[in-house]
Amino acid sequence: MNATSFPAGPIQRCEGRAVVVPGDDIDTDRIIPARYLKCVTFDGLAEGVFADDRSERAGDHPFDRAENQGAAILVVNRNFGCGSSREHAPQALMRWGIRAVIGESFAEIFFGNCLALGIPCLSVDHEQVADLQAAIAREPAATLQLSLEDPQVRLVGGAVEHRWPLTLAEGPRRMLCSGEWNGTAQLVANDGGLRSTAERLPYLADFAAAAT
Amino acid sequence: MSAGTLYDKVWELHRVADLPGGATQLFIGLHLIHEVTSPQAFSALRDLGLAVRHPERTVATVDHIVPTTSQARPFADPLAEEMLATLEANCTEHGILLHGLGSGRQGIVHVIAPELGLTQPGMTVACGDSHTSTHGAFGAIAFGIGTSQVRDVLASQSLAMGKLKVRRIRVEGALQPGVYAKDLVLHVIRTLGVKGGVGYAYEFAGPAIEALSMEERMTLCNMAIEGGARCGYVNPDAVTFAYLKGRPHAPAGDAWERAVAWWSALASGPEAVFDDEVVFEAATIAPTVTWGITPGQSIGVDETVPTLEQTEGDERPIAEEAYRYMDLRPGAPIEGLPVDVCFIGSCTNGRLSDLRAAAAVARGRQVAAGIKAFVVPGSELVAAEAEAEGLDAVFRAAGFEWREPGCSMCLAMNPDRLEGRQISASSSNRNFKGRQGSATGRTLLMSPAMVAAAAVSGHVADVRRLVAAPTTPEPEPASTRA
Repeated sequence: MNATSFPAGPIQRCEGRAVVVPGDDIDTDRIIPARYLKCVTFDGLAEGVFADDRSERAGDHPFDRAENQGAAILVVNRNFGCGSSREHAPQALMRWGIRAVIGESFAEIFFGNCLALGIPCLSVDHEQVADLQAAIAREPAATLQLSLEDPQVRLVGGAVEHRWPLTLAEGPRRMLCSGEWNGTAQLVANDGGLRSTAERLPYLADFAAAAT
Repeated sequence: MSAGTLYDKVWELHRVADLPGGATQLFIGLHLIHEVTSPQAFSALRDLGLAVRHPERTVATVDHIVPTTSQARPFADPLAEEMLATLEANCTEHGILLHGLGSGRQGIVHVIAPELGLTQPGMTVACGDSHTSTHGAFGAIAFGIGTSQVRDVLASQSLAMGKLKVRRIRVEGALQPGVYAKDLVLHVIRTLGVKGGVGYAYEFAGPAIEALSMEERMTLCNMAIEGGARCGYVNPDAVTFAYLKGRPHAPAGDAWERAVAWWSALASGPEAVFDDEVVFEAATIAPTVTWGITPGQSIGVDETVPTLEQTEGDERPIAEEAYRYMDLRPGAPIEGLPVDVCFIGSCTNGRLSDLRAAAAVARGRQVAAGIKAFVVPGSELVAAEAEAEGLDAVFRAAGFEWREPGCSMCLAMNPDRLEGRQISASSSNRNFKGRQGSATGRTLLMSPAMVAAAAVSGHVADVRRLVAAPTTPEPEPASTRA
């Protein structure tokens, strides 16, 4: 389990070993089963990450294999994180040590929840994700170097160096690179805009504005 | 790019600012909270030294963790008790209205906000729960958020959001007897896929949609998220207004007429431009049942489990995983598959019309031997209305348990759960592996009437044969307008 500090500030790069969890449509109930949601803090969630999948695989789940301990970059397939909106899912992954996710595609709420924690979710196309996963399997000791400035990932330290282009929408990319991904202060600061928006909403003024 | 749709109009109205990162700061008109995804948000607010900006625009209830047998406090589960106590303390501290147990208004958050008239056309609605898409039934733009975003809404009554594309899903014709909104939405997800809606808001339109009651529209929009669409909506119309009129938080007096005029003008007009459109024919849809481990893996009750050859190439790995997990043979019929547990309830199908449709099947019949069947009303109001018309007695006489309101066995954060490899017929929304509380438990999603049919048959059964059967005295209408 990775006990290093959680993401903070600008996030332009991420480096670490990869852990591959293959399969499409891996939902957030699988990432963190509902029984682990009975809590009022996120502190203990690492122990529940993929709990049911891990007990089914009896030690052979990617999150249990010795070579993956300490991994920081999760590599997945399509529609990862679908289903429940529970932020407990990225919280559990983060507390286990994950700092970035690469996959073919992500469910929207999961993507947003990761962004709010400073965990980039980057996309790689269908053929390339298979190639990336195969390269990781061939070079288990190599590390991934992820760049958000020119979104791409390199596999370094193995016999052959590989590089794959990644995609990340410009908005989230800029938010991560600039450190504005934790945007509560920015939202709160726009007091004037919040006031004028509230004033023009008919349903906040007994629909008086609707008559005009 | 879409233009002139309800989504575009509501988005523009609530747009506070364009943020430097490229997202839009969007004002949230109604914020709903519950005990599972809010405690950490309140803690974060405290850590940041921030107040709740609009406590009067936030409404709380408790639903996920409440037991449905005895709701006496303290709960037997100390973790559940701590979660509710934390919600109560947070609501008291910040002046937030909490519809608690025994208040007469407690229930599943997506059931109570509509029935109290809190959810209205033209609002933006956010809640730390993916099934917030339900509220789109009113012509609101409603979406689920994570806990960090709950913190942001508490602090600023706004969110940083990216605008979605809009896909119109036009449904022509009319649903056949015994076929419900649940079947329609399962059919849509089966056709477009569980990720087909990623990046889109779904506008449901067309004659078959206009003919749906508000409760049916809620079932439909509730499951938009299961098709990958973060929100789904139906344009407000006379059905919407008739449902809202007279509800506790609905506009009254002179404001009512002004509200109706404004709401009417929000609907996507004939000039609206959509990013995409898909057309369905309602009459071709059969009662639909999931056979696999995603809500997209469904078939008509009269069909057989698809073989690998009948499955698209990239769907084959998850189909094979589903055969193994569900212990189903490709090509096998779904009708006749024995079930162990029958669950009627949830934010998808725990409303009065759902219970009426199930009771119409259960009336005069008996739950088959060895089957555990139970009904969980979606709210205290639903329970009271159902009891007033004797539905509880119909269910009890047929051998169903009649429970207290809550999320119950939809997600197993409370004592209701599957054991071992039990297989359930469930009116809920997710058939994910382990969803109903057992790591090996299996879920077949279907309409409440189909769950009742499975309960009295002991196996998956075609409800169309049961509702047409002469042994059913005075079958009630399958659904009624609220």
